[in-house]
Formats: sequence, C-alpha cells, structure tokens
Amino acid sequence: MTTTQDSAVAVELITVVIDGFEVSVPKGTLIIRAAEKLGIQIPRFCDHPLLDPVGACRQCLVDVEINGRAFPKPQASCTIPVEPNMIVKTQLTSPVADKAQKGVMELLLGNHPLDCPVCDKGGECPLQNQAMSNGRPDARLDGYKRTFEKPINISSSVLLDRERCVLCARCTRFSEQIASDPFITLNERGALQQVGIYENDPFKSYFSGNTVQICPVGALTGASYRFRARPFDLVSTPSACEHCASGCDMRTDVRRGKTLRRLAGDDASVNEEWNCDKGRWAFKYVTAVDRLAHPQVRNAEGVLVQASWPEALAAAASGLKSKRAAVITGGRVTTEDAYGYSKFARIALKTNDIDFRARVTSDEERDFLSAHVVGTSTTYRDIDVADHVALIAFEPEEESPIVFLRLNRNVKKRGLKVSAVATKQSIAMDKLKAEFIKVAPGAESAAVLALSLTPKSVILVGERASESAGLFSTVASLASKSGAKIAYIPRRAGERGALEAGAIGNLLPGGRPVTDAAARVDIAAAWGIDSLPTQTGRTTSQIIEALSANELDAVVIGGVDAHDLPDSGRVIEALKKSFVVSLEIVPSAVTAVADVVLPVAAITEKSGSFLNWEGRARAFDEAVVDSQNRSDVRILSMIADAMGESIMLGTVTASAREFNQLGNWDGARTQFTPVAGQTPHSVSGNEAILTSWRRLLDMGSLQKGEDNLAGTRRPTVAVISPKRAESIGITTGQQVRVSNAHGAITIPALVEDIHDDAVWVPRNSFASQTLIALNAVHGDVVTVVKA
Amino acid sequence: MSKLTPVLSAHWDEKDSFTIEAYTRHGGYTASKKALAMDPDAVIQMVKDSGLRGRGGAGFPTGMKWGFIPQGDDKDHYLVVNADESEPGTCKDTPLLMANPHVLIEGCIIACHAIRAKSAFIYIRGEVTHVVRRVNAAIADAYKAGHLGNGIDVTLHIGAGAYICGEETALLDSLEGFRGQPRLRPPFPAIAGLYARPTVVNNVESIASVPAIISNGAEWYQSMGTEKSKGATLYSLSGHVNNPGQFEAPLGITLREILEIAGGVRDGHKLKFWTPGGSSTPLFTDAHLDTPLDYEGVSAAGSMLGTKALQIFDETTCVVRAVLRWTEFYKHESCGKCTPCREGTWWLVQILRDLENGTGTEADLEKLLDLCDNIMGRSFCALGDGATSPITSSIKYFRDEYIAHLTNGACPFDPVQSTLFVGAVK
Repeated sequence: MTTTQDSAVAVELITVVIDGFEVSVPKGTLIIRAAEKLGIQIPRFCDHPLLDPVGACRQCLVDVEINGRAFPKPQASCTIPVEPNMIVKTQLTSPVADKAQKGVMELLLGNHPLDCPVCDKGGECPLQNQAMSNGRPDARLDGYKRTFEKPINISSSVLLDRERCVLCARCTRFSEQIASDPFITLNERGALQQVGIYENDPFKSYFSGNTVQICPVGALTGASYRFRARPFDLVSTPSACEHCASGCDMRTDVRRGKTLRRLAGDDASVNEEWNCDKGRWAFKYVTAVDRLAHPQVRNAEGVLVQASWPEALAAAASGLKSKRAAVITGGRVTTEDAYGYSKFARIALKTNDIDFRARVTSDEERDFLSAHVVGTSTTYRDIDVADHVALIAFEPEEESPIVFLRLNRNVKKRGLKVSAVATKQSIAMDKLKAEFIKVAPGAESAAVLALSLTPKSVILVGERASESAGLFSTVASLASKSGAKIAYIPRRAGERGALEAGAIGNLLPGGRPVTDAAARVDIAAAWGIDSLPTQTGRTTSQIIEALSANELDAVVIGGVDAHDLPDSGRVIEALKKSFVVSLEIVPSAVTAVADVVLPVAAITEKSGSFLNWEGRARAFDEAVVDSQNRSDVRILSMIADAMGESIMLGTVTASAREFNQLGNWDGARTQFTPVAGQTPHSVSGNEAILTSWRRLLDMGSLQKGEDNLAGTRRPTVAVISPKRAESIGITTGQQVRVSNAHGAITIPALVEDIHDDAVWVPRNSFASQTLIALNAVHGDVVTVVKA
Repeated sequence: MSKLTPVLSAHWDEKDSFTIEAYTRHGGYTASKKALAMDPDAVIQMVKDSGLRGRGGAGFPTGMKWGFIPQGDDKDHYLVVNADESEPGTCKDTPLLMANPHVLIEGCIIACHAIRAKSAFIYIRGEVTHVVRRVNAAIADAYKAGHLGNGIDVTLHIGAGAYICGEETALLDSLEGFRGQPRLRPPFPAIAGLYARPTVVNNVESIASVPAIISNGAEWYQSMGTEKSKGATLYSLSGHVNNPGQFEAPLGITLREILEIAGGVRDGHKLKFWTPGGSSTPLFTDAHLDTPLDYEGVSAAGSMLGTKALQIFDETTCVVRAVLRWTEFYKHESCGKCTPCREGTWWLVQILRDLENGTGTEADLEKLLDLCDNIMGRSFCALGDGATSPITSSIKYFRDEYIAHLTNGACPFDPVQSTLFVGAVK
C-alpha cells in the first residue's frame, strides 16, 4: 500500500497493531509516534520528534511482538521503527509494560528533589504530569537523594539545576544535532552524571533557549524567567517574532499585562519547534522604564511637552497638511502598519516619497526588489530540496538564524552543498561545511558570476548586497543564467511586508509599479480617489537629502533608529530643520528632534502580521489585552482624519482586510536595469577595506533591558588576516585600531581567514558601532594599526 | 590433573613464555602463515566449524560474528579486541596477556585476514600498566619480526578505567575518544562499529584461541567440550580456595572437578556460595557443584557461564555483605545513560546497606526484589541486568540469612573470619 506525500514521493505504509487497534504509518515511523496517531500517549522524556532517538530514559517501554515472536523484555518504543506484522502492547494493555513504566518513573523520582512548589516547570512539567498519569501512587524510596549546588549558570541566560535533571540528553542532543553548538555535554557517571560545560567555556549558543524549552523537567531554566511566574497564572497567545525575517511562530505568555516569557511555536514548515535566543528573550524593551506613554508636542519655546491625543493629532495634521512631506517607516512595522504608511503617504501626503529601508540602501536594490522579489515566493521547502545553496552578502546565523538551522539540517541530513561568497570565514560557514569563496569587500560580483548553479539551486541574498554596487545585478543575471531561485532575506521582520504593502517609492500595494498607469488606476479605484502621484518616490537617503536641501518640509517617521542610517549626524541635522512626526515605542535620537511624538503599541500589545522572507504571513494576536497603546495604522488613520484626508484604516483588521482584497499585481513587472559593478578600492600599507555586518546579539534597540541575553553575545573583535597581522605586528587578542577621518574603533584583534585587503568589525556591537564611529559600513577604506 | 587441557596456558610456567622467541619456539606464528595462505572465507568457515564461542561472557559463535561483516563493500573493516577485563572475579585475560601476548597478536593477524581488516585495535583497561607494557613490547617485537606491518597493523589503546567500556559499543565510543556509553543498536558493530565502519569486537581469549584452531583444525577443537559448547577455556578460580588461579579445561567441567585440582576450599571450611561467571551472574551454592560449566549447563541451572570467573566463598562469608560490595561496585560503575541502572543501583545500595546493618525491615526485601524486577531487562545494556543478579539469586538461596540480619539487629558474621589473614588477627 502506498500513498503520496508532497505529491511526488511515494511512501511505503506499514500497518501495525497497537493495543488492538490497527494503524498504518510510513515506513521508518517509530512505535511511539505510531501510537500517537491512535491517540495512545506513551510516556517519555528523552524522546523528541526532531532529535535522533537515544533510548536513554527507558520511560516508554512497551511489549513488542513481530511475526508472532515476542521480545523477551519490554522495548523502548522511541527507538524501534514499526515493522510489518508487529503487535505492540502499551501500558494500556500490557501489565508488564505498565509495571516497567511505573518502575522507571519511580526511579526517576527517586533522585528528583520534588521541589515542584518552587519550580518554574511546576504546572507544565512532563515529569510532574507523567508521574501522575503513569507513576505509582506512593513513594517507596526513602533513602538519601543525590544533591548538587543549585542552580549553576551554564551561560548568563541559562541556569542548570542538576538535582532536577533526569539526564534525558535532550539539551545536549539539541546543541549537537540541531544547533551544531556542542558547548554542553554530559559528564561524570552513574547518578552523578550531569550536564556540564567545558571549563571556562560557557554555553554561548544563539539557540540555547531551546534547551530550556525542551527540558522535560525544571533542570534548565531561563535566568530572566526563573521564579517570575507560575504557568497557570500565565495567559498564552500565539504570536510571531518581530526580530528578524525568519518568521518564527511564537507563543507569548503574559501575566497581568506584562510579558514574562516567549516560547518558540510549532510550525513544521518554518521554524519547526525552535527559535533563537533573541526571539525568545529580547522582549523587555516593551516594558522599558522610559517607554513613551503619552503623546508629546514641541511647544512655542521649542521644548517637547506632554500633550493630549487630540492636541497631538491636530499638531501633526497641521504640520503635515499641504506640505511637501515624506515617510520613512523602519523595518519593525507589521504588514498592516506598513499598508497604513503606504496609503497615508499616497492619500494624506500625496507623495510616493516613502521607504521602509532605514539602513544603507541603493536604487539598484529597490529596482531589484520590484523586479525580482515582490510577489514571488522562495521557501524553506526550496532549501530542503535544493541541490546547492549560495549565500551572498548573507550570514545566516547572525542575520536570519532559523534559515541557518534549516540549512544546517539539510547539510547534516543530506549533505546539502553550501557556497558562501564572503569576505571572511565565519562560524556558521564552518558548521555548514560551506565552500568559502573569499573576496575583497566590493569585489563580490565577479565571484558570484563564477558560481555554477542549476535550476534546483537557491540563491540566498541578503540586504547587505545593496552595499556592493552591481551585486544585485549579478545575482539577477546568475539566476537567469542558471535558473536558480532567488530568495531575498532582509534582516528585519517588517521589510518584506512593507515591500508588498508598497511602503517604497516605486511600488504601490501588491507589487503594483508606480509608473504603470493601470496599476495606479487599480489602487485609486480601490481607495476611491481620483488619482495617485505618478512620480517614483525618493529613497530613504534621498528623503534625507531633500530635507537637508529644503526640498521637503516634513517627514513621518515610524520606528527608525537614526544610527542605522549612514551619516546619522547629517540625518539628525536634516530632521532638526524639518517638521517631524515620530511614531515610536521608546525615546530615541529621532523623537528627541521630533515636533510631534506619538507612542505606539509594541508587538505584544497589538495584533497584526509580518511577512517573513518567504513572503509567508506570520499573524499574531494581541498578547497584552487592554493596553492603552495603539498600532501605527490606527494612529495614521487618526492623523489622516485630522488632516481631512481619510485613509479609513481605523483598525488592524480593516487594514488587513483591505490589503488582502487588493491582491497581487498580475501585470508586467518593472524591468530591472543592471548596474555595473565598481572596481574595489586598492589598498596599501596599513589601509584596509572595511567589511562588517550585524551580529544577532548586539546593541540593537529591541534588545535593550535584557542583560542576561547580552551576556551571550559573541565577543567584539576586529578580524584581520594572518598576513596583515604579521605586517602590523599583532596577534589574536591584542588591541587593534580601525580608523578613518571620521573616527576610530579600538578593539581586540582576531586573526582569521579573511581577505588580506579586508578588516571586519561588527557593525553594531559594544565598542564597535561602525555607523556611529566610522560612518562607514562596507567597501570603505580604513586604516588598521596596532593600538 | 588429567581433566586440564592446557593450550593457551601450555607454556605459562616457562620463564620466558611471553617473549617472541619462546612463542616461536613452540610453533608460534605458523598458524598465521597458514591462515594468510587460505581464502578468508575458509578461515571464517574453519572458525565456525570449530564451534568457538565468544569467551567474553555472552558466548556468541565467533565465526558467525565474523561472517556478519559485509564483504566487498569497499569500506575499511576493523577488528577490536576487548581487553577491558573488569568484571569482579574475572582474571583470565590479564594473566594470558602477561604470559603469552603473542598468541593474541597472532590471533589478530588471522582474524584481520578473515574479516578483510587492515587494522586491529586492542582496547586494554588502563589500570593494568604492567600488561600494557608487556603487550606494547610484544607488538613491537611482532613488527620487528615482520608479522605485523605487512598489511595488518595492531594498535594498543589504553582505557581510562570504566567498567562500562567492556560493553562493546561503549568500548567503541571510548576508542573513538568519546565518553564510554553504550550505543543504540541497530546499527550493530558489524555494520557500523568503529568510526561507523564494519567492526568485529572480540574478547582476548576468543581471538587468542584462534591460532590453535587454525594449526590443529576444527575437528581437534570440536573434540573438546560438550555438544554445544566446544573447546577448552580458562576458568579463573579465586576466593576461599587453597590454590587459586587459572585452569584451562574443556567446557563442561564441573566446579567439583576444578576444586579438586585446585586443592579444595580453604582448609577447615566448606563451600557456601560461588559465582559461575563473575559477579554479574546469579550465584550458585554447593548444590551446583556438579553443574557442567558450559553455556547450556549453567544456563539450565539458572545462571550464566559469563567469563568463567569462579569466585568461591566459604561459610564464614556474609552473603549480604558480599552482595552489598558488588552492588556498590555497580553503582560506582553505572555509566548514567539509562534510568534503571543509574537510579536503580543508587537505591539498591541504600537498601542493602540497611539490610546488612540490620536496620532494614522484611518489607525491604520485597522492595529490593521489586526494584530488581524494575531494573532487570529494563536498562539500556547488560550492566543494569548484571547488578540485579547477585541480589535476586542471594535472596533466593539465602533469604534466611537476610532475615537473620534483621532479627539480630546487626550482621551476624564476623567479617574477619572470612579474610585470609584471619589467623593473624588477635
């Protein structure tokens, strides 16, 4: 008997009898999971569907018979795949299996401290629950228990209580098999066996939080959550992660209006059951002490003062009405909010001057997005079936960690070939066994063209390609030459949604080109207006330029950190002389110079959705109910009303409904005009070309207030090649000074495999914020000397 | 002495028995020459025909194990010799390697040829430094003499002192540089063993028995032993016996016969209980003196032949105390991987200690038996099973003695009486 899965692959089905019921499951299915299909829950601790079987805890023992021959003793159902003519008797029908399970449970509890009343896990603990369902009613072991110091921190974020540990090895197997970060291991033996870290080498994995979540007891706890709440006091809401474009399904746990915990949700097609530590633990910014609570308006004396909503809305409306105004949204906006900004710009401000890209951008990128990205979908599944994945201007572990996990799974399970065109070797490339195609910063294009891909290949290109002129053009030509799929992976969660919503100067919602009259008619009709602005709008940097040059009077800014933009000093100057309406969560360099500051809801306080890099909608509900904070789109709608230019998007739901009804543009896509690459700088002596990207854990504003998480950041280092190290007389660990006319960064050196002409420093890490310190990111010449 | 059949131990009493000269003098390294000229499959067939069974405890037919190695698979194959002799009471491989290391090396050459392996690894327990030195010297001599290095290499690996590493998959983990813990099977070592390559893991004595089989033929080997347990083997006699040591005899000999050869139980005392195959095998008493010591005979009497480590205890020994000691050993050696063994041994010790001290209750005996039932057959490998054997068998035969501890409020024995220096203690 066969059936089809994924419409193509025929899967052999095997029928087994479990507790008298027949069930047919694909060949290779473990007994424990075949039983689940029947609704028979066999107790387990070490078993995890995404980890290799280990058979260590022995909790899932069942009686098994094949072809009439019974195993002499109960077998671990988590390690044995089903076979034809197999008869399984679980605890429900076999007294032997039932006694075996109760016996194992009694032993597990023997050395367990039973401190459930003070344990974080109490109330949601598999040990507690299964001790109730599959344990003996009484305890017979009355000797002394094994004791340990409790807890010990295995990293600044994760605490280990060894007394509670049942040694199921889920955490160590996760670290090794899924994250490829084998920083924790089991050591010692017998009852003294314990999870441990290497001496002086803490559990600094970007994925460490998953071990806390899959721990079946309270042995691993998050330092920030320990002793904060009881599970039964929490209200859980399905949510999505706002930190990057991976698109993790999440769960947000709230008690009395305060988010206390976020967990990875379960979505097999995206994040499986994992997420990264930033997504898990970086949520304190929502409850930051300096959180904006009230609108503010700059008064006649030039001072920002608290104002009522009507006052602030009126001030915003009068400052924007009939002015030459633009919109910069930033990457944290939800699709619904982005749609609000998009519509607000076109109707209330009558302009296409809108850009969601609050970072280093290029016109080439914008044109690439409208020609090759908007409305398309390359997915995680494409990675699963790819023959070759090329990473271009993209460092998966730092910039989209779940993409890294997916790549890693494919590398481990089926030897997926990964090539990376990059300036330097990285930890992720090591783990992915990636072919490292070393280039000088700015010289990526030639290497990309030399890649040999097939129609089954996938090109993962990051937003940093905009920093190397001509790179998007070569990616486009590589794709058309090879037939490989392009996946554009921005760093921020809101960017793809903002692109689709038309929060960019050359596109209207649904990927409709601004320059296409039919597309404009489409949207104008849907919005019930006569016409739409026809000229392609300005990009972020052009908007700043125009504000500086008095070609624009006003700007609406939604959640932009000025320090993410090149030359932030100039940005602030430009904003100072303009009328600025800032929609923000916490005070920033932008709110400080704004004329009207409007507080907006953080992710947990509103509903909405993001589109992840695949273009897949990641919807989430309001986790904190009764928050007084409003979503951006609601506020924009109120400003528009006050301006007399209604956009009719009073709620997130209204925005979502309207946006979804518009559908995608089915007309001609914009043509992409390739941009010629530039010759990279040539350097001599102490000169080097700067290359840099953000680390997952850094000084990012959404990580504020989470010091435990900050403790697992990777160290700030300047990476130089052995040749350069020798020429400037430096070794790993010694201080190196990276400078230009703007300023300098002095941090320890790391001598590693990097292009001889290049120096790498983290873009926004402690002591190394390149945009602030050097006003440079990638491809600029700096001087590298011994400090 | 007529019952003894010294083959492996034939020349142990010679001063230079361990040297390559002595080994060659007695015809050493002719079997390997003969085997290397044979078709590998014929060697495997010969070992199969001989009826040789694994001497490490389980008694699995050696030739059949070799036959499991896939042939013509273009993969490296490995032979791994388990010299991690750690079972309490077992002392056959250590003297064998001290007295005649070359017979093992020659066995390795033959086995490697048979299973098409180029490398053999001898995994030896770390505590026996003297043996390590001797085997290392022997390997060096074998290289010098050209027996090794011509397509077959032997590497000695020294363990770090964990009983679990005698379990073949834990041994492989340890050999690969990991912490020794048993692996999930399948895949079995014959398919994916050392470095995930087809691997045969054999006990020292099994491999050392091969040269004689090649030299003298399968029929000669078959002529010794019983119907299903062919050949001769080393029985290690220890404890309350006048002349302890290794006795090489055909399988199926009885303890009564061996004791006779060994001068009997300590003078003035009588046999109380004994282990047929080390502490992991259920105890026997004087009722089992005539049980044939072959795989089937011992098994039929409710125990296991194991490593043929006959530990003899006379009537001065407190069985509870002996069992407690063994259980403490298992608690100390449990690797920690699986719950029943890890947690079970932790609790067994506590209950047994109470019983030995006379502070337990009769209900503790039932609890102990039930706990053993929850460990036996529930643990990941045989270590947990072995830990329960002395307990359940001792309660079976000596329940009264356990009870006597409780009624007495203390152990009724004087432990000094069971020592061998009893006369010296005032």
